[in-house]
Amino acid sequence: MLNPSDRKYSKKHEWCRVEGEIAVVGITDFAQHTLTDIVFVELPEVGKQAEAGKQLCVVESVKSVSDVFSPVGGEVVEVNKELEQNPGKLNESPFETWIAKIKMSNPQEIDSLISAEEYGEFVKGLE
Amino acid sequence: MRFVPHSEKEKSEMLKEAGVASIGELFKDVPEKVRVKDKLKIGEPLSELELRREIEGLAAKNRSAKQLSLFLGAGCYNHFIPATVPAITGRSEFYTAYTPYQAEISQGMLQAIYEWQSWVCILTGMDLANASVYDGATACAEAMLMAGSARHRKKALVSKGLNPEYLKVLRTYAGANSVELKEIAIEELEKDLDEDVSCLIVQQPDFFGRVEDLKGIAGKLHEKKALLVVAIAEALSLAFCEKPSEYNADIVALEAQSFGNAMSFGGPHAGVIACKQDFVRQIPGRLVGKTQDIEGKEGFILTLQAREQHIRREKAGSNICSNQALCVLASTIYLSTLGEKGLKEIAGQNRENAKYLSEKLEGLGFELPFGDSFFNEFVAKKQGMREMHAALSEKEIVFGYPLELEFSEMRDCVLLAVTEMNSREEIDALVSELEELL
Amino acid sequence: MKLVFEKGMNLSEVEVIRHYTWLSRRNFGVDLGFYPLGSCTMKYNPKVNEEMAKLEGFSLIHPLQPESTVQGALQLMFELEKMLCEICGFERFSLQPAAGAHGELTGMMIIQAYFKKKGEKRTKILVPDSAHGTNPASVSMCGFEAVEVKSDSEGNIDLDDLKKKMEKDVAGIMSTNPNTLGLFDSNIEQVCEIVHGKGGLVYGDGANMNAMLGICRPKELGIDVMHLNLHKTFSTPHGGGGPGGGPLGVVKKLVEFLPGPLVEKEKEKYKFGEVGGSSVGKVRSFYGNFGVMVKAFTYLKAIGAPGCREVAEIAVLNANYLKEKLKGHFKLPFDRVCQHEFVLSDEGLPNGVTTNDVAKRLIDYGFHPPTVYFPLIVKGAIMIEPTETESKETLDRFAEAMIKIRKEAEENPEIVRGAPHSMPVKRLDAVKAAREPDLRWRKH
Repeated sequence: MLNPSDRKYSKKHEWCRVEGEIAVVGITDFAQHTLTDIVFVELPEVGKQAEAGKQLCVVESVKSVSDVFSPVGGEVVEVNKELEQNPGKLNESPFETWIAKIKMSNPQEIDSLISAEEYGEFVKGLE
Repeated sequence: MRFVPHSEKEKSEMLKEAGVASIGELFKDVPEKVRVKDKLKIGEPLSELELRREIEGLAAKNRSAKQLSLFLGAGCYNHFIPATVPAITGRSEFYTAYTPYQAEISQGMLQAIYEWQSWVCILTGMDLANASVYDGATACAEAMLMAGSARHRKKALVSKGLNPEYLKVLRTYAGANSVELKEIAIEELEKDLDEDVSCLIVQQPDFFGRVEDLKGIAGKLHEKKALLVVAIAEALSLAFCEKPSEYNADIVALEAQSFGNAMSFGGPHAGVIACKQDFVRQIPGRLVGKTQDIEGKEGFILTLQAREQHIRREKAGSNICSNQALCVLASTIYLSTLGEKGLKEIAGQNRENAKYLSEKLEGLGFELPFGDSFFNEFVAKKQGMREMHAALSEKEIVFGYPLELEFSEMRDCVLLAVTEMNSREEIDALVSELEELL
Repeated sequence: MKLVFEKGMNLSEVEVIRHYTWLSRRNFGVDLGFYPLGSCTMKYNPKVNEEMAKLEGFSLIHPLQPESTVQGALQLMFELEKMLCEICGFERFSLQPAAGAHGELTGMMIIQAYFKKKGEKRTKILVPDSAHGTNPASVSMCGFEAVEVKSDSEGNIDLDDLKKKMEKDVAGIMSTNPNTLGLFDSNIEQVCEIVHGKGGLVYGDGANMNAMLGICRPKELGIDVMHLNLHKTFSTPHGGGGPGGGPLGVVKKLVEFLPGPLVEKEKEKYKFGEVGGSSVGKVRSFYGNFGVMVKAFTYLKAIGAPGCREVAEIAVLNANYLKEKLKGHFKLPFDRVCQHEFVLSDEGLPNGVTTNDVAKRLIDYGFHPPTVYFPLIVKGAIMIEPTETESKETLDRFAEAMIKIRKEAEENPEIVRGAPHSMPVKRLDAVKAAREPDLRWRKH
């Protein structure tokens, strides 16, 4: 799957699309592929203070548990409730399925994230 | 007594293939100075005949429930175990098996545990139950931690009617986890219920045998978003009392020893946690789920393992790994053998026998300080109890549990348990002895 | 197979026995065949143990009976404790913990209590990256922070990493020896020195004691507190998941913190001692899994001192023999003398065949699979522990099966990837079981 260029990426395999002062966060195709079938998403609490590089929430597959790290800091203003009933959407369409929306407290943090091309190169290096 | 099948010839062949000249070479990484050089002082090997003599000799130094008249409960109960139970748990396909992580080769155990989980839900009315934890006391402690993690709160209230053994274990786990534990009388709940409290733990029937009226308690707790945890030490009471779901309990911490497991000097027993659907992610221990195989056939599998230690490691809610699987298999066989009807019948006998004794005791001038709303256990009081208890011991009658051992203010009180194992003759014999003493 | 409830809520004895007997035939115990589960020590469970635990003098006694009526039980607990102390070198053992993980938790509580009494605030415990999951879970369950310590290229605890991380805020380290790769950690004494040097304590996970019985006493290595697994080393049966027993041994300075009561002997009488004020408190009701203790005691009495040594020697011989037979066919990440178990990897297996596939295919050959995907530091780990009760013939058959499967991976991968083919069910949908949990039967 191609990494869409309308957003930024972190080396921890999250994507981050900016909509005004909101950062929309999800996980990449590489991430969902590594995790295999996702069975549960422990969504962050609305109102939680996310920190760049720190754990935002937890994603479970049958055999493992992984942290999803927040690419930026700020208040979690909305979470994707659909994932409670249908966590598999993260596997089916990782780039169309967002996890949380964060009101950025420091929009400059976006600049520390990498582009789609850079992320693609980074992932190639891992394989 | 050969548990090691190798002949000398085989050993030398194997050494050759292993590429070493002697077995000693295989331990070359063990530093010389820590090697055991003396002979372990644990005796010489024994033949099976010698072994049996010695172990049977030890067993003969104990007086069992068949030799004594046992009227003792307090968290461990002498109940009848139908022959079906040992017939099945004695099958080595079950008892020599490992945990059913490899589902395809373990469908038997997995289905049996699914049936166990189902039985617990049927009897308690709760939505789900786990495969087991160590005992009722640790079930209680894990339930306390569950409530704390579900509500993100660090305080727990516990009823003064809780079994003292359970309370001791709660204190240990609370202390290790910085949980503030406070003992209260249930009637005074409102005084201590604040926004820091995650749960109230009550026992039903309580340690003193009382069947409590718990309606309304859950409501008060839920108003403050706290949870109701119900501990049950005498599982058979589930066939007599109201189901915990009927008074809106959130978590049940059950001791299932009464279902098909011998007293065995306190263990192995079988703790179980049952709860509402809301807490499925906080419940510790293994869970068996029903699913399908790749050809659409029904099967069973350990599921939601991502809660557990082997996956979550330091982020797991509980570290539990080995549980009490064979003991709950025994319980499942017990329940399936008795069925709902048989269970109700035995529970009825328990209540009748206990009531019979309590009335006889009242006739002899004993007091029932906690009233007569009990299942199979009640407190009786009379002056001179210590001497009575000792005198009856001489006659091989264990006259209950002297409460002053735990509660210094309860002199002259004993906690008496009467089950279906105490025949009318046995009860009458006790009463005669008492008549003589008094 | 139908659920028991689907036959009715009030069954006859025949129906109950048929149902559960049939279920037992869909299960696999050590009595049926080889169970090379690494780290589980699935040795043969002597039948006399079962008989002894069932004796009415043991099974029909109440924990709160007067002590004069249970002298045999108290004597058994006392003597078992003494034997475990003799084997390990510790001062005292608490028999209360009901399982290994329970013992670990108790050990963490003791470490916590020790530093609290000293007035030292230590918040961390070091855990090797090769550790069993119960280790870090027990650490957290006690409010400590688990800090990972790396293994070096030999599979030992990396001393440099340890020196870096062993600070005054670290209460201690959890170690397993032999480690989870089945190797005797040649650095273990230095590990203990480094940790002790900064005032910390060393916890020993005794799951692998089968390789040390009669060979080496853990206390001599520097271990301060350690649990044993009665259902592993000491031959008590696994019961499909339990019950087990996790007795906890300690050095002298930690005795005061043990959960009580302990059994004491005065002249010729046995009794429960007083529980001191420093005890961490009870970790379960009554005294522990007494019925399991009877089995372990019977076992130790049966094999005696020479038997202990023989257990370790043959367990280690069996493992090395099997390792040499398999190393040409599967990747062996640590090609050196192993102890009672060894670890292979699925690296290099052709046609996308994984450890999981190999495990499932072994079922078709009549073997229970080994432990898979543990320890985490080996890719696709296959941990094989034969134990001393398996014959050369069984080991040869197992090796033959593994080699056949290796060949199948090359020439007929589908049969491996679709295994097992010989069981009542094929591979089960674990994803569905987790996404749509069905955890109980409901009346309709």
